[in-house]
Amino acid sequence: MKYIWRLLPISFILLLSGCGVENLSALDPQGPVAEMQYSLIQLSLYIMIFVLVVVFAIYIFVIVRFRERPGDTHIPKQVHGNRTLEIIWTTIPILLLLMLAIPNVMDTFTLADMSVDGGVEDGEEIDHVRVEVTAHQFWWEFEYPDLDVVAGQDMYIPTDTRILIELQSSDVQHSFWVPALAGKQDNVPGITNEMWLEAPEEGVFMGKCTELCGPSHWLMDFKVIAVDPDTFDTWATNMAEPPAHLAEPEGQVAVDGRGVFEESCISCHAVGDEGGNIGPDLTNFGEREVIAGYLDYDMDNLEAWLRDTQDLKPGNEMPSFNEEAINAEEMDALLEYLDSLKILEE
Amino acid sequence: MSYAKAQSKNVVWDWLTTVDHKKVGILYLAGGAFFFALGGIEAVLMRIQLMFPDMAIVQAQTFNELLTMHGTTMIFLAAMPLLFGFMNFIIPLQIGARDVAFPFLNALGFWLFFFGGLLLYVSLFTGGAPDAGWTAYVPLSSNSPGQGLDYYVLGLQVSGLGTLIGGINFLVTIINMRAPGMSMMRMPLFTWSSFVASMLILFAFPALTIGLLLLMLERLFGATYFAVDFGGNIIIWQHLFWIFGHPEVYILILPAFGIFSEVIPTFAKKRLFGYSAMVFATLIIGFLGFMVWAHHMFTVGMGPVANAIFAVATMAIAVPTGIKIFNWLLTLWGGRIQFTTANLFALGFIPSFVMGGVTGVMLATSAANYQFHDTYFVVAHFHYVIIGGVVFGLFAAAFYWWPKMFGYRLSETLGKWFFWLFLIGFHMTFFVQHFLGLMGMPRRVASFLPGQGLDAMNFISTIGAFLMSIAFIILLIAIFASTKNRDNVQDPWDGRTLEWTVPTPVPEYNFAQTPLVRDLDPYWYEKHEGDGKIKAAEPLGEIHMPNATVLPVTISAGLIVASFGFIYHVLPLIIGGFIITFGAMFVRSIKEDHGYHIPVDVIKRDKEEGK
Repeated sequence: MKYIWRLLPISFILLLSGCGVENLSALDPQGPVAEMQYSLIQLSLYIMIFVLVVVFAIYIFVIVRFRERPGDTHIPKQVHGNRTLEIIWTTIPILLLLMLAIPNVMDTFTLADMSVDGGVEDGEEIDHVRVEVTAHQFWWEFEYPDLDVVAGQDMYIPTDTRILIELQSSDVQHSFWVPALAGKQDNVPGITNEMWLEAPEEGVFMGKCTELCGPSHWLMDFKVIAVDPDTFDTWATNMAEPPAHLAEPEGQVAVDGRGVFEESCISCHAVGDEGGNIGPDLTNFGEREVIAGYLDYDMDNLEAWLRDTQDLKPGNEMPSFNEEAINAEEMDALLEYLDSLKILEE
Repeated sequence: MSYAKAQSKNVVWDWLTTVDHKKVGILYLAGGAFFFALGGIEAVLMRIQLMFPDMAIVQAQTFNELLTMHGTTMIFLAAMPLLFGFMNFIIPLQIGARDVAFPFLNALGFWLFFFGGLLLYVSLFTGGAPDAGWTAYVPLSSNSPGQGLDYYVLGLQVSGLGTLIGGINFLVTIINMRAPGMSMMRMPLFTWSSFVASMLILFAFPALTIGLLLLMLERLFGATYFAVDFGGNIIIWQHLFWIFGHPEVYILILPAFGIFSEVIPTFAKKRLFGYSAMVFATLIIGFLGFMVWAHHMFTVGMGPVANAIFAVATMAIAVPTGIKIFNWLLTLWGGRIQFTTANLFALGFIPSFVMGGVTGVMLATSAANYQFHDTYFVVAHFHYVIIGGVVFGLFAAAFYWWPKMFGYRLSETLGKWFFWLFLIGFHMTFFVQHFLGLMGMPRRVASFLPGQGLDAMNFISTIGAFLMSIAFIILLIAIFASTKNRDNVQDPWDGRTLEWTVPTPVPEYNFAQTPLVRDLDPYWYEKHEGDGKIKAAEPLGEIHMPNATVLPVTISAGLIVASFGFIYHVLPLIIGGFIITFGAMFVRSIKEDHGYHIPVDVIKRDKEEGK
């Protein structure tokens, strides 16, 4: 009997951690913040499983032992209550809750601590990168104020570095959630919220908007891409001072594509330091894993997206481009150009 | 003053104009069941959409409308009115009263709720239902195109007025109308919990009224309370909404707790264990219910101090709730438990609700809440407490009080099929959703993408929803098939409280003589300590009754006309609607209506026929 009591929570956790996709699930934490939250979830789960076991045990005993048997017509003793029992089942839950409340309060303050002095006076600062995350219907903008970088949809971060995040919104309320790395905070119009996270290992982590924000709320995905600090430096440098091939691509088709881009896209989308900021920055578009936040990155999907944006992401602000706006030849050129927008390779 | 029985021969007219708390209660049940069915259909449509990844049975916009209408309907138009139905019918009987304190207001409350609900549903036919979730967070709601949110604002404003009126009426009724000997600490728990829920209504609904008013001014008259560009603040809406919204869930669950506290002692044949602890736990839950609203807003950026305080306050609610659970278990302990359908729902409630309660404590853990918030974990949690608590309570109440209300018992065979299918379907639908949330599925998503590990559990969840739907069909069959069992039994369950002492069908005056209450569970006391009959507290005399009146319907209808005027900016409709409403109120104020009296010989005749 004792073994079962011990095995129950363990098997439950095994069951839990077997679930979900590695870079999406909060049950498979990949960074210190998500780990802290996961261990709090585990602690609360153990306490709650204890409560469940006690209640269920009494419950099952009672309904089996005191069920009405055929022919039984006795009148049970009309018990008024019991003060000792009342005190017991008031006190024990309070103690159990304190076991959970104290670590929770500590963690709540730790997660809100945006300082980078490492807790030591005159000590070295913790390595950190600041990112301002602005949510739009239905895409994400990542600005690195200290690095003079603006990126869209993919949030590159260096591993083993504290990422200090400021959250804003340009329209309605959104919420920034990367379950494998950290729980969410909301992007609230008119308010700046703060959070931090760290990724010890390289990887691509899925992020989602979790606050209902319109018809394409469910498609408002993004990626957090953790790379080693050297690669991150290369990325940041190239994003800030883009290589020449972005504006002057090689090959005639891509050059034509750049022409189409300058005609139809550049008023909203930036490549390098040229272009508008109404839509996502496309400087490193060719390195995306997905188009429009969710479609597999391939040229067919990209063309389908450009031809009918409302079908694939209803309610978004981007116009669709039919054959009259961009003919088939121009489209091929544009696709070639967009695919060439890469800053990490070479 | 007249002795004529002012009852119309026309059935429709009779129900439109009735002020009898029993008929108003049945109207609430019928109206609530109607909206419950609509909300259920919306839920099944959503589950069909989520059965497989990337399905497009409905468009994303339509899905957002479905989730908004489902939530709004189930909370405002189904769960609360169904509870109000039982409260209306049962509370006056339980406290030995002839009616509620204000029969006219009672009818008015119902018609306001019903017309408000219908108004909300008109939006389906006028170019789009509200689409910003039942919480209608600004600025998504204030900027939502079309008229959907206007219908939301005005429909809820009108029906909320009805709820507020109803709540005040119950408060006054319970304070003033108790029979001699029915002290507060002898009141049945259902009456007690309804009393506390009514207090919550009194203090919580004004916050909603203000919030809706601000949103209405913002949408219809260009106010800028929530417009950030003009110095507005969107968090105000969230505070106002949740200052109402959190007590609202206790408004729903406390009467359900009361129902279980009636059903369990009846079918365990045992007095409620720890009656006074139960009463105080109810009061504490009601009080703490106002202290915790911001736990819905942990991720909105309130800062660690506020988060920590609201987290601890929220956890504290688990203590009185736990007290109630253990007292129910100890009521069963040593009893003789009968597994009637009503009691099955009460017994099914205990484990189901405890599971919802423990996930509530997990959600209260603010640092971990950053992972749970706005995911399917939350969806699972609140369906566990609202279905496992409130809906189970409503079904227990339906099977328990049905014979008193309608004169026949619902089929136990069909009832048990219904219970087991519903219980299994319910757990199948919602248990897996805990994991879906933690595995990265946000709530309120119109669909989900393949390859994210969410497929299998969503499929299971939808199958569970189908089982629940089949269960509902069985319930409908049970309601109609059981009418042949009509036997008008007065006390089918060997009851303990006063409602079982009146004949079935209950005479319009309820009690020929106001009863004298000598103990908690007065009927049980008289059965075992007395001669099995309730003592009368007054001599047989003629009974003063209120007249039926069409004014409540008129007042409510006027507000609906005015609402259309507001929604479509038609000034004559606004003025016309207010003329109807205030005109009817004016008529009510100046017209002398003393009601009528039921003469003694009629009461005596009823009494003889009753035996």
